[in-house]
Amino acid sequence: MTTKVLMKGSEAIAEAAILSGCRYFFGYPITPQNEIPEYLAKHLPKVGGTFLQAESEISAIYMVLGGAAAGARVMTSSSSPGISLKQEGISYMAGAETPCVIVNIMRGGPGLGAIQGAQPDYWQATRGGGHGDYRLLVLAPATVQEAVDLTYQAFDLADKYRNPVMILGDGILAQIMEPVELPEANNQLPDKAWAVGKNENRPRNIVSSSYPKVDELEKVSIRLHERYAQIKKNEVRWDSYLTDDAEYVIASYGSAARIAKAAIKMARAEGIKVGLIRPISVWPFPTEPFQNIVPQTKFFLSFEMCTGQMIDDVRLAIGNERPVYHYGRLGGVIPLPEELLAKIKELVKEAK
Amino acid sequence: MDKVSSFPKTLVDVPMHYCPGCTHGIIHRLVAEVIEEMEIAFKTVGIASVGCSCFCYDYFNFDVVASAHGRAPATATGVKRVHPECLVFTYQGDGDLAAIGTAEIIHAAVRGEKISVIFVNNGIYGMTGGQMAPTTLPEMKATTSPYGRSTALTGYPIKMTEMLALQDGCVYAERTKISSVATINKTKKAIRKSFELQIAGKGFSVVEILSTCPTNWGMEPLESIKWMEENLETYYPVGLIKDEKEVK
Amino acid sequence: MHELLLAGFGGQGVMLMGKILAYAGMKEEKQVMFIPSYGSEMRGGTANCSVILSEEEIDAPVVSKPTVLVAMNTPSFDKFESSVKENGIIILNSSLITKETTRENVKIVKVPASDIAKGLGNERIINMVLLGTLIAVTNCVKVGSIMASLKEILPPHRHNLLPLNQKAIEDAMSLVK
Ligand SMILES: Cc1ncc(C[n+]2csc(CCOP(=O)(O)OP(=O)(O)O)c2C)c(N)n1
Ligand code: SF4
Ligand SMILES: [Mg+2]
Repeated sequence: MTTKVLMKGSEAIAEAAILSGCRYFFGYPITPQNEIPEYLAKHLPKVGGTFLQAESEISAIYMVLGGAAAGARVMTSSSSPGISLKQEGISYMAGAETPCVIVNIMRGGPGLGAIQGAQPDYWQATRGGGHGDYRLLVLAPATVQEAVDLTYQAFDLADKYRNPVMILGDGILAQIMEPVELPEANNQLPDKAWAVGKNENRPRNIVSSSYPKVDELEKVSIRLHERYAQIKKNEVRWDSYLTDDAEYVIASYGSAARIAKAAIKMARAEGIKVGLIRPISVWPFPTEPFQNIVPQTKFFLSFEMCTGQMIDDVRLAIGNERPVYHYGRLGGVIPLPEELLAKIKELVKEAK
Repeated sequence: MDKVSSFPKTLVDVPMHYCPGCTHGIIHRLVAEVIEEMEIAFKTVGIASVGCSCFCYDYFNFDVVASAHGRAPATATGVKRVHPECLVFTYQGDGDLAAIGTAEIIHAAVRGEKISVIFVNNGIYGMTGGQMAPTTLPEMKATTSPYGRSTALTGYPIKMTEMLALQDGCVYAERTKISSVATINKTKKAIRKSFELQIAGKGFSVVEILSTCPTNWGMEPLESIKWMEENLETYYPVGLIKDEKEVK
Repeated sequence: MHELLLAGFGGQGVMLMGKILAYAGMKEEKQVMFIPSYGSEMRGGTANCSVILSEEEIDAPVVSKPTVLVAMNTPSFDKFESSVKENGIIILNSSLITKETTRENVKIVKVPASDIAKGLGNERIINMVLLGTLIAVTNCVKVGSIMASLKEILPPHRHNLLPLNQKAIEDAMSLVK
């Protein structure tokens, strides 16, 4: 029998990291994700790991770069303003092909904004975020269980593709408690021949994102983009709900997708045939399920807790074939299923 | 009416959001009183940092710019360069000034930036719920040092004001505390001196104020003042650290 | 499905009460979710959390129209009274809340919880008193699951409080019947 434990989203992410073999965490406090560093401050020392609070997010991400270059499984976590500060380091890590896991528990922005959960960092997460032509693999859990599963996998994916992986959550997911089943501890970590450290029996290793010769940098960029193509081929993840007969399709991820599901149940009770496509990997974006459902669909509705960012990817997926609308609440206001239902009904009426 | 004469016009008369027994409220009032007494409210610009005091613009009744976590001295620099005739001060916590904002504060002092710094040191990150700060004392428990601050792992508490005083651009540095009427008056004097030096066109100055965070220290307000004097103060001695006369 | 909203001021044990309910629900193999309020909201002195207990998968991580409101003090009652679902229940701590409700379509259960807790010699167990009332009125979880959860949640050095907690819960339950 598997036992379930009741865990806060943030603590579950922290525990999943430990189980996945992460032994180093560098971070800096910021609400609403403080329970991640606080949990790791308590529990990493018990497994021989190191928790270190940096003097800033900038410092923390470069500690991650160092730890990752040294071959360890390393994580950092923050919330929107802190993630902005990390962008330089993330770009360096993408360029130096160093794996790591970065957690962004999004809150209302821009600027200092507010500490309530929101989804305003989709563009930043899915378009690279920092300078340079790079991508992160970005996974967006909707439940505490999914947060555990994706965090656990994130370390493997980061190592497999030698690229930073981001867990994109929000303040709601980080704060709620739900029962979870935890995976087994991973004791078999991959060998990293490229990492720095003791080098008695091998030629020296260099971990760098600096390629002063343009033709060399072009080659590296091509290599990175071939790798991104592999990721696009192998790592697209998504879920759907009541799409078989759907005439209207909602696109939504993370906590918003759960609200969408509740609204869809209400709409179905009134005979409105609406379904949900929920991207789990927001980069790579699941374009195919959207393309495949175009023939039966009258319109798409992107439901996000921001002014509409993922809507761009829905449009890119389906082109001009169907209208794509947006609904969402801003600044950390949580949209209610009833509101979304009202929007669906309004659009359905217009579509007729 | 009486009330108007006793309550500084430089403060907005609304209830503050600080926890019971928090010293931020007293320090706000001291800053406001000095500005009122010097009759400079019309040319004062405060720079809010990020910490429990980030909403100080709700209370200060003069212009305020809200900067990002740790960056208030840089923002103050921008304001001061545009308006050299203004009194420009930053109001920063220890997490803000002594952790993420170390570079900005040191370089403001190095440049001899003509600003005043009100540095509220409670040895902890108050706003985010009690994490360890660089100012946290050895063995002190915080949410990110659950077993007590280990100096082997995280080093020793940082003495920012001493560091700032070392810079030639710094003309005045003093550490005070909030624990009694006498120490409150001393703090007020220090704030006034810093503001007067700035108005006189001297240079960078800092007043560090030892404070309390009863909520995250897990203490009653009175108990926290005692703890501050018996612990924080032994590591961070109160007194003048650099006086104007020492400036070459 | 029970959508419970628990509200009071910090120190009244609102969060613990919510966690115990979610734990107990999990023990009974229900679907559960615990949703705390957080941040500066709490510094103002009021704290609240929601708990969803359901036989089916829980979708939205938000409770906007609770089926039950437990109000421990007047500010919480004022803030959330109007949000309670039609035909829902308001359990209020009548030791502190002397107002009458303006709602017509809800059931009101008054419990002098602070007084009962004081009578038991520990004002801090007001949350257990109201927990007892809540489970007696709603049957949302069994008292056995609550006690088992308490044992797991409370750190061992607090286990000496278990009998007192149990008494508070049971006394409150017997008042309802
Ligand atoms: C870039 C960034 N990182 C982190 C935070 C979160 N944060 C807000 S306040 C604070 C610490 C405040 O501590 P301190 O400066 O000591 O002020 P106090 O609340 O103790 O008065 C932190 C880390 C933030 N707002 N922005
Ligand atoms: S958390 Fe600490 S610093 Fe912040 S208002 Fe409360 S007592 Fe003051
Ligand atoms: Mg502080």
